[in-house]
Amino acid sequence: MDGTPATTGDDTWEVAGRRFRSRLIVGTGRYKSLEETAAAIAASGAEIVTVAVRRVNLSDPNAPMLQDFVSPKDYTYLPNTAGCHTANEAVRTLRLAREAGGWNLVKLEVLGPPPYLYPDMEGTVEAAKALIADGFEVMVYCADDPVAARKLEDLGCVAIMPLGAPIGSGLGLTNPFMIRSIKQNAKVPVLVDAGIGTASDAAKAMELGCDAVLLNSAIAHAKDPVRMAVAMKAAVEAGRGAFLAGRMPWNYQADASSPMTGLIR
Amino acid sequence: MSKIIAITVNGETREVPAGESLAALLRAIGLDTRKVAVERNEEIVPRSTYPEVALAAGDRLEIVHFIGGG
Repeated sequence: MDGTPATTGDDTWEVAGRRFRSRLIVGTGRYKSLEETAAAIAASGAEIVTVAVRRVNLSDPNAPMLQDFVSPKDYTYLPNTAGCHTANEAVRTLRLAREAGGWNLVKLEVLGPPPYLYPDMEGTVEAAKALIADGFEVMVYCADDPVAARKLEDLGCVAIMPLGAPIGSGLGLTNPFMIRSIKQNAKVPVLVDAGIGTASDAAKAMELGCDAVLLNSAIAHAKDPVRMAVAMKAAVEAGRGAFLAGRMPWNYQADASSPMTGLIR
Repeated sequence: MSKIIAITVNGETREVPAGESLAALLRAIGLDTRKVAVERNEEIVPRSTYPEVALAAGDRLEIVHFIGGG
């Protein structure tokens, strides 16, 4: 899946048989306006965007809709189950998403209670089983737990997406060792989902060998979201490049770069 | 004079004529059916069947669309 180095700029990745060039997936929530949403997402270079499923406001049926600004013709919509705290809610939500847009590729998240909204792995596994049996291709948000990640992969999830830190926290990668071990043991793509706060966090996730990064608040809550979207695009590319290049070893003493011979005396 | 029944749409009680179709309800609300999905009593209603689905007293409908989310 990682293929050959990106020297030709032809470094793509694949999930559920779909091939993508951008390794940055962005959320469409928390922006000031739909116009700002569209501008930031365009600047990010993302090809996949996550979207939420919510009740239509019956008193304002003609309110502008996300699709009018971020078209499913231009982006792969990845419906999520944000806000779902039980497997049943998540399954119902994604069945509605499939009916609304016809998409089988979905992001599953079953969340524990505030203040951490940490993934509820029991509910996540239950929902994943039901969704896969119903023909969905499930990209799954999960704990940074290699045992749970393996179970989800064995169930047939098409991508494993451990959190870097709690949703919307911006705390970065709090457990890089476990993210790395999940990636090393997985045959499906591994994405860091949630917790990214700034460009270096995204680069770090890619340097660990992750296939892609999924983030929302880091762009939407930046002072200048469009500028941060550009920065995130560069960070993901830089981190991926550094991973493919293979970093130098850690060395706990100096190793001079300039020749030690021919010094003047 | 047709009978009036009560149904629940997105958590709100609503009165409709008995036997009204789902398609007619969506039209009355003013929704573009291409951009929404409907669940009736926790079962998906395929879009192609909206004209044939007759609403019944006590039906619980969820009408959803996509919004921004992470």
